[in-house]
Amino acid sequence: MRWNSTNTTLIGLAGIGAVIGFGLLFTFERLPVDTVQGGFRGTSMGQVINPRTATTMAARNVAPPVPEAADPGGDRASEVFENVQVLGHLSVEQFNRIMQVMTEWIYPTENIAEGCNGCHVPGNFASDDIYTKHVARRMLQMTMSLNSTWEAHTGTVGVTCYTCHRGQAVPAYVWSQPVPNTAGGGFAAVASGEQNRPGRSVGLTSLPSDPFTPYLMGSEDIRMQGRNQHPRAESRQSIQQTEWNYGLMMHMSTSLGVNCTFCHNSRAFSNWDESPPQRLTAWHGIRMVRDINTNYIEPLRDRFPANRLGPMGDPLKVNCTTCHQGAFEPLYGAPMRVNYPELLPPPQRRADAEPGSVAGPRAN
Amino acid sequence: MAVLNFEKKYRVRGGTLFGGNLFDFWIGPFYIGFFGVTTFFFTIVGTALILIAAAHGPTFNVWRINIAPPDLDYGLRLAPMRDGGFWQLITICALGAFGSWALRQAEIARKLGMGMHIPWAYGTAVFAFFTLNVIRPVLMGAWGHAFPYGIFSHLDWVSNVGYQYLHFHYNPAHMIAVSLFFGTTLALSLHASLVLAAINPKKGLPVASPEAENTFYRDFIGYSVGTLGIHRVGLFMALAAVIWSAICIVISGPFWTRGWPEWWSWWLQIPIWRGL
Repeated sequence: MRWNSTNTTLIGLAGIGAVIGFGLLFTFERLPVDTVQGGFRGTSMGQVINPRTATTMAARNVAPPVPEAADPGGDRASEVFENVQVLGHLSVEQFNRIMQVMTEWIYPTENIAEGCNGCHVPGNFASDDIYTKHVARRMLQMTMSLNSTWEAHTGTVGVTCYTCHRGQAVPAYVWSQPVPNTAGGGFAAVASGEQNRPGRSVGLTSLPSDPFTPYLMGSEDIRMQGRNQHPRAESRQSIQQTEWNYGLMMHMSTSLGVNCTFCHNSRAFSNWDESPPQRLTAWHGIRMVRDINTNYIEPLRDRFPANRLGPMGDPLKVNCTTCHQGAFEPLYGAPMRVNYPELLPPPQRRADAEPGSVAGPRAN
Repeated sequence: MAVLNFEKKYRVRGGTLFGGNLFDFWIGPFYIGFFGVTTFFFTIVGTALILIAAAHGPTFNVWRINIAPPDLDYGLRLAPMRDGGFWQLITICALGAFGSWALRQAEIARKLGMGMHIPWAYGTAVFAFFTLNVIRPVLMGAWGHAFPYGIFSHLDWVSNVGYQYLHFHYNPAHMIAVSLFFGTTLALSLHASLVLAAINPKKGLPVASPEAENTFYRDFIGYSVGTLGIHRVGLFMALAAVIWSAICIVISGPFWTRGWPEWWSWWLQIPIWRGL
């Protein structure tokens, strides 16, 4: 073979290719993998799990130790302490127990602004002159609602402050409306957000990074499969809505650490008959998050100082990641409601039960 | 089925890979050979098993027949016939028939003193099937990861496998394979149109020569790969498409468990633009 510049070029290119190819090997995962079947055999529904990742995730999602249960008997907190508006029905012992764990869950450090001072004016615990106390009250009411009226999503596991907060005053995974990177068109009236850049909120795809405003604040229909062969007057779903929809689904998948087949048989995404039961839990979850964002967080907008608001001036809101944090059940299903009866709504006697005061679906 | 006169002189003994002169004969136009017999055997048995398995199922509607692999619980063991055993035996027959067919091609090529391009090309398609239904299931530890035999059901399997990795278009090997599939189609159509253009000149003019074909492409894009070269390009692109398809499925699961969009985070983390 004649040695010429073509040979040199080819060998050079092959060498560069080999180096890049070898480097790329390290971007993959390795055997063995675990799998869980999710549908009839041969449908390829189910989860594919890297056991190393699963170990890391399990270590990162551990519920804190449960303190000894408190005696529900004795004087009521409202009789002993001043200005107890939400937890007044608890016994003094229960009240102290929940105050103690809330401190550990939300303001755990020795910092002068943390601990009890996170939500209380130092030296005057009854005072309302601190915004975090107002927020905390509303969040307690929210937690009680999640543990009762939203049982269809929270099940018997339930939630506590720790489900979201995990030792931080502001939960690690929250969202607010992003500053749009595109000129506002007809669509911008419905949703804001970025497009065509890999977004962490949508599983690093280039889908619209804010599917939350239309679906988790607003209540746009989360459906875009046509019922007819051709577009008709009643077909209202555009490509843009389809992309939001995919964005939300990417968010749900990555939040729960599952793939699409956890809730869907992809041969007919919309068909409930062929969907795994998890889809129903997720359906309630979407409604639950809407309830949290619109009825509990958005009304607190004026309470928050500017540094607690997003760039568009809206409060930091909740999506699936806020609780789930990569686990298909928050904290892998560690029981919450049963260990913290303080976070159940006050028992209602027939006399003072307001008719129609319970909103949202009930499972039972 | 006429046998052309000149074919007789190529009907020579020998060149077999196995069995010597056994089955070294023709029936009508068809060469038999040892691997022709094994192809026939596996085809008959495999087809019969498909029909029996279909008879156990709810339908004979040809679109909806579904012969599925075993549940994942069976791992790599044999399953009862109606719980995936049929699928396992049919897979053995399919691989037996496909492999025999490739070896029969090799024997015919040897008789004719030809290269082994045809058995290798066909063998590449068989390798893709082998990757899907043997290599990947073995790596993941269960026959249940293979695709079911059924027209609709195997398409549903494809769909769900894609969605198990959230967005399969972000699979890098899938990207390469799809590009090559489009590329090979483009190359074939360019080649076919060029040949037809050369041999269909205006009435009264002679057929255009290969030099004219080369000149067309040199005028058009500055380069002509040539009459032999285009066939090398075509075969390379077609086989590369199949090989990259096999790679794209074998890395999904054994070497990547999450959504494919997430795989690209190494690219996003390259220090040049990481902070942007």
